[in-house]
Formats: sequence, C-alpha cells, structure tokens
Amino acid sequence: MSVDLSQFHQIFFEESFEGLDVMESELLEMDLNNVNDETVNTIFRAAHSIKGGAGTFGFMSVSEFTHVVETLLDEIRSGQRSMQANFVDLFLQSVDCLRAMLSDMQGGHEHEAERPAQLRKEFEVILNKDTPIEETTASVGTGGQGWLIDMRPHTDLLLTGNEPFRMFREIRDIVGDEFLTVIAHCDDIPEFSSLNPEECFLHWELKITKDVELEEIKAVFEWVEDECDLTYTSLSNDDKTNVVVVGDYSAEDSTNTSINASTPEDDIAAANTVEAQESINQTVSDSSVKAVKPAKKQAKKQAESSSIRVSIDKVDSLINMVGELVITQSMLGELGNDFDLSRLAKLQEGLSQLEQNTRELQESVMKIRMMPISFAFSRFPRLVRDLGNQLDKKVNLVTLGEQTELDKTVMEKISDPLVHLVRNSMDHGLETTPERIAAGKKEVGTITLNAYHQGGNIVIEVNDDGAGLNEEKILRKAIEKKLVPEKNNLTPEDIHQLVFLPGFSTADAVSDISGRGVGMDVVRKNIQALNGTIEVRSQRNVGSKFIIRLPLTLAILDGQLVQVCNETYIFPLVSIVESIQIKRSSLNHVTGSQYVMQLRDDYIPIVRLDETFGLREPDNSSENLMLVVVEGDSEKIGIVVDDLLGQQQVVIKSLEQNYKKVPGISGATILGDGTVALIIDISSIDKNIKPMKKSAHRSERAA
Amino acid sequence: MVSILAVDDSASMRQMVSFTLKGAGYQVREAADGVEALEIAKGETFDLVLTDVNMPNMNGIELVKNLRQEDAYKFIPMLMLTTESAGDIKMQGKAAGATGWIVKPFNPDQLLSTIKRVLG
Repeated sequence: MSVDLSQFHQIFFEESFEGLDVMESELLEMDLNNVNDETVNTIFRAAHSIKGGAGTFGFMSVSEFTHVVETLLDEIRSGQRSMQANFVDLFLQSVDCLRAMLSDMQGGHEHEAERPAQLRKEFEVILNKDTPIEETTASVGTGGQGWLIDMRPHTDLLLTGNEPFRMFREIRDIVGDEFLTVIAHCDDIPEFSSLNPEECFLHWELKITKDVELEEIKAVFEWVEDECDLTYTSLSNDDKTNVVVVGDYSAEDSTNTSINASTPEDDIAAANTVEAQESINQTVSDSSVKAVKPAKKQAKKQAESSSIRVSIDKVDSLINMVGELVITQSMLGELGNDFDLSRLAKLQEGLSQLEQNTRELQESVMKIRMMPISFAFSRFPRLVRDLGNQLDKKVNLVTLGEQTELDKTVMEKISDPLVHLVRNSMDHGLETTPERIAAGKKEVGTITLNAYHQGGNIVIEVNDDGAGLNEEKILRKAIEKKLVPEKNNLTPEDIHQLVFLPGFSTADAVSDISGRGVGMDVVRKNIQALNGTIEVRSQRNVGSKFIIRLPLTLAILDGQLVQVCNETYIFPLVSIVESIQIKRSSLNHVTGSQYVMQLRDDYIPIVRLDETFGLREPDNSSENLMLVVVEGDSEKIGIVVDDLLGQQQVVIKSLEQNYKKVPGISGATILGDGTVALIIDISSIDKNIKPMKKSAHRSERAA
Repeated sequence: MVSILAVDDSASMRQMVSFTLKGAGYQVREAADGVEALEIAKGETFDLVLTDVNMPNMNGIELVKNLRQEDAYKFIPMLMLTTESAGDIKMQGKAAGATGWIVKPFNPDQLLSTIKRVLG
C-alpha cells in the first residue's frame, strides 16, 4: 500500500511551529535557579515530536538536527546535567534555526546548511562526543539447510499481549507453509487444580527446513527475547549442527558454505526486496517533490492563507445555529404555502425568529475569526529578552488581557506596529541601568502590554516606565525639520503628537533597534488603515503610554444611517460623539468655503456632505439640519446631514475592489431594500478639510 | 472489524497512523494523550493499542501499565511508537506490559506489516 505522505506535511509544519513556540516560551520563562521538571519535559516533548515527525515525513536534515537538541534535553531531563544559561541560549538559537529550516521547507526553498551544522557542533562539544554513526552491523547468518528453534516462554509471556501463535504464523509467512513444522510440548502443564489459565505452560520446537537469514527469524522474536529462552540450532548441510544461543551468538560460526549454497531464487528474492525498498524510497521522494513544486510558486500566498484552529465549541454552536435556521426556514416555507392575512402574526413571529437566527449565526461566524491576542503578544518575551541583551537594559515584560479576542486579520496587521512600539519603548523610552539608578528608579524597567475591550473596540496599550517623551528634544527636532514654526505655543500634549509626523525620528544616531527610517508615522498609518487610532500619553521621568484603538473586525460595521438629499450614507457608529439639531443660519462661514460652528465652548470645523459630494447648492437645503459630531483623527468635526435614519450593522464591501478608491468613502454596503449606501471615511473626510484649517492655524500661530 | 486505538500527542503522526490504518481497513479511534486514551479505552474495547511514548499528562508507558490493570486489556496487544535514541524505553515499556514496539521513523508499510504481527 502506498500512502502519499505529502498530505500530512502541512499539519506537520503547523504542529512543528506550534511546538517551537512552546519550546521558546518555556525556555524564556525558565528560572535557572529553580528548574521545573515539567518545563524541561514539555520542551523535550516538543523537540521529540518534531524529530519524530520530520523523520517520518522525510525531512531528514530537521530530524538529524533535532536529534542533538533532543539528546542534550534528554540528558537534562534525566538529571545527568543541569540546565545552564548557555544551554538556554543554545536552545533558543536552535529554535530559531529550526523555524527557519521548516519555513524554508514549507515554502519549498533550499535551506542553508551552515547554521544548523554550526549549532550542531556546539551541541556536540557540550555532549562531549562525536555524533555516533550508528552502523547497524547486520550479521549475516544463514543456516545452511535451515534452523531448529527451541522456544520456552516464561509463564508470564501472555500478559504482555504476545501470542506465540502469531509469531509462528509470521515465520510461516517468511519461510512458507511447507518449510515449517511446529511441535508443541505439553509436558510442563501442571495439574488442573494448580493451572492458571493466564499463564503459558507450553513450549515449542520449530523446524525450518529452508535456508533463511537467522536475523529475519530473530526479528520475529525481538519483542519476547527477554520472556523466552530461545535456542537456535543450525541444520547444516552435513550433519554437524551449530548451536546458536541468543545473546551469545556469533555469525561466523554458521556461515560455513551456505553463501555458495544459497539458491538463485533467494538472490532474486533479495534483489526484489532491494527493488521494493528503492521503489518505496522513490515514492517518498516523489511525493515530497510533488508537494514542494506547487508550494514554491505560491510560497508567499501559502504563508498568508494559513489555517486557523477553531475550538470544537465554536463549531458546535455554529452547527446548532444552522440547525435552527433550517427549522425557521421550513416553518416560513410552510407558512408561505397557503398564506392568508389571519396568519400574519405567525409570519411576523417567524421573521423575527429568522432575524435572531441570522444575528446569532453572524456572531458565531465572526467568533471563529476571533483569536486571543496572546497570539500577537507571544513573540514579545523573546523580543524583549534579545533586545534587552543587545541594549544592556534590564527589562521586565508584563502582558495583561492576553485572552482578549480580536479578528485574525486585524491581529496579523497589528503585530508589526506593536513590535515597532515595543522596540521604540525599549530603545528610546527606557533608560540605561545607571540612568535609572541615578533617577532613583528600580533597576529593572517594565514594559507593559495590555489589551482590553472597550465598547466595540479593542484597546491595546504599550506602556513603559522610562524617561517619557523629551518635549524639548522633540520640539527642537521638529523645528529643525521645519515641521512646526520656530515660534509656537504648543502644549506638551501637542508636542507629543509630533512624533507621529512623517519624517520624524529623535534617535541621535540611527540605531540597529529603531529609527530605521520607518517612524511612528508608519505605525499610525498602519493603524489608521485598520480603522483604528493611536494616541500617546507621556510624563517626564514616569513613562509613556501608547494607546491603540482598533475595531474588533474589519468585515462588519455598526453603522448610523443618515440621509442627505435623497441619498443614504453610513457613519461608523463608534466615531460618533453626538448628534444635534441645528439651524442652517447657525453655521458660520470663515475663509472660503470653510464653515465653523460654535459648539458649547469650542469652535468645530464643519463638513457639509451635500456640498462635499456635490449633491446640491448648500443654500438649497432646508433650514432644519442635523449635525453629527464625530471624533476624527484627533479632533472633533461636525458633519451636516439632512436627517438621521436607523442604526444597523452593515457588511462592508470594498469599493476599491469593485470600482476605485473614492476620497472620503471607505466602502459601501447593500441595504435591506437592495440599494447601495456609501460608508463615510471619517478620517479622510477630516483630511479633506484639514489643509485649509492647518494653514489657518499656522498663520495664526506664526503671527 | 478490527479496531485500533492510536495514541499520539502529535496530530500529524496521529493522522498519518490513522490514515494508514483506515486505508488498510481497520477501524481507528484517536487519542492525544494517555489520559484521553485511558478514558476512551474504558468505554469500548480495542483489538490493538498503538501509543507514542512521550506525551503530556500521561505518557505511553503509564498508559500501558494502566491498561494492563484492566481486565478487558489483559491480553490485548499494545505497541509503542518509539525512537531509537530511547534505548531503555523499550525495556521500561516491556516491564509495563507492552507487547512490542515500532521504531520511529517508520513508513506506512512498516506500520502495517508490524501490526499484522499482533492481530488475528
């Protein structure tokens, strides 16, 4: 039977990557002064599984490399060695190396052999021995005319599930029915009264009248060698018999002339076996080649379209809901067969049930995409450890709210910005140890990652107890780069926001860690692309905090429907601060077409949708208007519409994919009546008016 | 139909074993560790137990030891999937009551020919 092993490769890779993650996190958490046995065991098991799987699925280089890792782990596990700091480092490097090897293999690339070889050498130095080249000294023992085997099982043979009959059957399969005689001896069977039916009292004599390899026969008894007394006697050509006793058996004795005597059939048989073996190897390599080829083409794609693991509970609840949906559907179907108005109440009931089913179904489908943020957080302990070593800063990483769930796509996209923020905090935020001591702070700096839900958003905070943002330095830099005028009266909060401006980096020298030209502006852009926001709060010598707010998912939006002229638009509900009725006359014109309005103590910029989208002359609108106040990029703006309609969840359809990008619009959706409604992109509506406002600000400040 | 309980914490190995055995006409239940396997084994009986050695919660040797205590499993063949590096594991396994072992890595054909030795 030939089984195509390549079908298991994907799961093997996924599982191995998981195993490596486990190894990594356990290694990082390890307290060298108090090494927990279970921790070492867990690490060992992960390595062991990878090795076993790699061997089985034909990734020999991985298997061989993992072997040395496993050997050292095994020695630690069994107490022959104790865990040391340099072992931890070496293991971590091995994890990286294996990860690289496996992802190369997954992508169908060649992987470099140098690194594993080098690490392997380091392991071997520790293990203080060369890798044993296990040569199986296949002893060639042929029995001339055959073998006489005396098998005397110990009484407890049956208790390990071994059954002599099955062994005899196997020997028969090897040598053929006509060449095997089995004689059972019953002379040791005790009196019935003392007979224990679970014990074995028989012993056997097997006579094989065919020239076969002794190894082949011995392999059959391999599992019971210690539970039987086995004696092999060669039936040689002449009447002289060579006795071979297990455990003290020498091959030379029995070879005599039998090599010459071996029949041509045997040679053919042997050749066939070799051929068969080769064809197996062939299939294995064939299949791995097959698996590799398509993978190569779409290596990148594959990496992106990875699978997710979903808990059975989620799938079960999904199936349950689909079941309910089917019930509702059949109920409605029946109702529709002969409908009259008297059954209207029933129809309404059915429809509301359908609505509920759909909503629940939608929720549980969304839940499938939700993953705990620990997936994104899990890379940080390693990052912080390595960076800490590199920068010579002592850092303690605290992660909170790891179980907070968010959409997988959002998570993937937030990961890089988070890394950037953490790097920044470590490089610029936290002080060096002497500086910390001088400032009277704890020697070990703390970086806290915190995630929690707030309304329909997820909030992720990156917090450090470092020096805080240096306002003077930032301001100087900003002036130097002509990002702000030289004379200004910016508040500290205003200055903090400057770090998000394009082309801003305060690092004195471009370090290896941060300040590679990708600045906070990129971080902010990435977050805005996810409909999220980022803000910074900082206090000198206390620390700084970056707060990221993200929608839970990108696929569905809680929307506020509004009407302008005869068009319906949708506002993301999360961005709405308040809605108020206004009179057209209360809008004040400032320069050009820019409106502002006084809202309590503030003047807020106003956007008129009718004007922005060219729906009508602004003066043609009715006197009574609605003002929707939204929180834009960093300030409130008011958007003037004719009327507020309902609120509903809308499924976001991409406008870009189906048409083209439209400024001020983030997407579209289809409403219940089949019409298309556009979704307003608050941040770019905001931007549309910003340039004018900015220049106004600047001239005012410069003046 | 011959039923087999396959125990391994590695999903890929478990799938490979299970796929191979099912393809050869056996009925297969899977378990991810010794505890789960023991639970399943108490609920129904199997004609063969195939178990990995290194597993969380309960390892293969403990599993064999525990199963042998059960009347229904007194004579049921139990094979361990083990690696060569684990030399004395074989002996520990035997002492616990395992019937034999299959050395990893193995290919599907080796697996099938080995289990034929202990079935029927």
